[in-house]
Amino acid sequence: MLHEPANKIVTDNAAAKKSKLGVILFFVYTLIYSGFVIIGLFKPELMGLKLLGGQNIAIIYGLGLIILAIVMGFIYNYFCTRMEDRLNKTN
Amino acid sequence: MIYEVSKLAVIIFLFIVGLVLGLSFYFARKTKSSASYYAAGGKIHWAVNGIAFAGDYLSAASFLGICGMIAFSGYDGFLYSIGYLAGWVVALFLVAEPLRRLGKYTFADALDSKFNAKSIKLTASISTLIVSLFYLIPQMVGAGDLVVPLLGLPHWIGVLIVGSIVIFIVATAGMTSTTYVQFIKGALLVIFSTTLTIYILRNGLKLTPSDDYHKFDKIEAFVSPDNIVSVPDSNLIVKTTQVVDKLLFVKLEKNGESGWYMLNRKENKAFLDEMLYTTVNSGGEILYNGAPKSERKFYQVGHLSRIVVDGKEVDETGPVGPFEFIKTIESSDVTRFTKKSFSDGEDKVTVWYQNVTSGADIMKPGLLYKLSKAAGATFWNKLNFLSLMLALFLGTSALPHILIRYYTVPSQRAARKSTIVAISAIGFFYILTLFMGLGSMINGVLDVESSNMAGPLLAKSFGIGLFSIISAIAFATVLGTVSGLIIASSGAIAHDFIDNYLQVEMTDKGKVRAGKIAALSVGIFAIILGILFKGMNVSFLVGLAFAVAASANLPAILFLLFWKKTTAKGISASIIVGILSSIGIILFSPTMYELYGLIPQNAPIPLDNPGIVSIPLAVITLVVVSLMTQKDNASKDFNK
Repeated sequence: MLHEPANKIVTDNAAAKKSKLGVILFFVYTLIYSGFVIIGLFKPELMGLKLLGGQNIAIIYGLGLIILAIVMGFIYNYFCTRMEDRLNKTN
Repeated sequence: MIYEVSKLAVIIFLFIVGLVLGLSFYFARKTKSSASYYAAGGKIHWAVNGIAFAGDYLSAASFLGICGMIAFSGYDGFLYSIGYLAGWVVALFLVAEPLRRLGKYTFADALDSKFNAKSIKLTASISTLIVSLFYLIPQMVGAGDLVVPLLGLPHWIGVLIVGSIVIFIVATAGMTSTTYVQFIKGALLVIFSTTLTIYILRNGLKLTPSDDYHKFDKIEAFVSPDNIVSVPDSNLIVKTTQVVDKLLFVKLEKNGESGWYMLNRKENKAFLDEMLYTTVNSGGEILYNGAPKSERKFYQVGHLSRIVVDGKEVDETGPVGPFEFIKTIESSDVTRFTKKSFSDGEDKVTVWYQNVTSGADIMKPGLLYKLSKAAGATFWNKLNFLSLMLALFLGTSALPHILIRYYTVPSQRAARKSTIVAISAIGFFYILTLFMGLGSMINGVLDVESSNMAGPLLAKSFGIGLFSIISAIAFATVLGTVSGLIIASSGAIAHDFIDNYLQVEMTDKGKVRAGKIAALSVGIFAIILGILFKGMNVSFLVGLAFAVAASANLPAILFLLFWKKTTAKGISASIIVGILSSIGIILFSPTMYELYGLIPQNAPIPLDNPGIVSIPLAVITLVVVSLMTQKDNASKDFNK
């Protein structure tokens, strides 16, 4: 005997498009994250350079990565919700 | 270190624990079916679920571990914040919605939804259990660390209290009460971390952290050309000297009492600087700065040795803004206390010497993870850094206790929205860790024996009320995360293994009972592990749990979602290889050697973070085994 899922699953016509957008955003973020790791590995002295307002690259890049993740999350949600509303109308 | 216990702290602590238990009683009456036990009936609002995600994820490692690591090693601790958050990007963009589409209660369900293969049920339930146990260790260690200053109880009692309360929460009401416990704790943690940060910024930077901060002895000394140390003060006698890693430690005797100092040379002058030290004599007795613990000779440390604002040296800055705070530390010098150990006759001596570190070095990676040639970074140092950043990035979306939270909301859209609420709350909190960590570093609050207590002890310096609230929240933090982990483990045993793999016939009530018994067993096991691993930095331990999760689970999830040729055997093989290789590397790593009491340099694998080897290994296994077993897939019709 198998369980029923905790909720009924509804067909989602936007799934493929959302997944494509997700993959693109994932690669954009991965690229920027890799940049941080690569500087740390090969040019660690760059991390100490002052960039803006007396803050060094390590601080700006690090805080930037955190803020970017939040901003990209909102962008992703905005487009996904639009796609769902458009493609799942008939349901 | 010895701590005073305050009544207020105990009252606030009991209040929060009471609140949590009350909630569990309330929801226990509503939990009758297995769907409500494992997935809260799928009825949690997305915003509540989002904050509960934060409560689940921001474990003892984040609050206690990261703050402590930043307080002792500067920016390198912040690397964990960056990596932990980046992991959510993987969870949101790749894993959240598809997994919600595939699964029922657990991550094993989702993996298995396509194949219905026994091998996946078994391996996925084992990996869930192992990852959850790895993650449980640091939570329990952190809980023990917390009750020492809060309630004045020994470490093991703390572990026992947390274990018992959590078993109670989970066994009574399952996922619903766990969710609300995590929601409350997540919200409180973010609110009070913000409060603490405001206190830090208003307090500003000062050369003397507080009026009762220890004044360090500095004794004039002479060093002969052949490195013999002598002191002009005739009351002092140089008993012995020790050279450890090019540092010269000196034991001085005054009126029959002895103490350890470090030689510090500046231009033509030489000084002996006071240190903190413990000695363990042949009888196993531990002395703190030469006296038993109860005499309280051990003090809290960490201060700025020079403050520079706009090129001028000052004694204090007054209130500062967040960017000014970071900028000022970067141009100033901080005295950190660095640990060294050596033997003196039959005594084992551990010293923490004053290590004046420039702010510029603190504000970039390198103090813990050596990266530059100037610091003597080796290939293995760099690989460790890469490995850590990889495991943190890929680990989050492979943590079973996080994954199960996708099944507690009503729809995919709700799963996505709650993930975004989670990312925002968690991201904001991680930015605060930088301030809380640096604040602890410079405000004379550090207990050199336990890096995990930096945050709460900092709160204590701003008042016992704030300390009590922060500690109680930290304790609730542990409760929330441990409950989530135990739910995940009990799901792995009762739902994935007994019900799905062994296919034991059970009524729905029987399934809930099996889940509760599993929760009890895992809870007891976690208590034992928590006592055994006392004294390790909890963030480091969680880093290892991430590495195991990223190696065992993530390749399986991602390939299942994005590669059509993946087979059941490929998934099971990759889970097994991921578990074995990551744990194998951990067991033979330098850090574990130190824990065993062996010499770290003798460890056969000079790598502390296994991800860089074990993750690719799991991926290769999955691809090779899948390609070899393509026939299995050909006989199945996946289009239905």
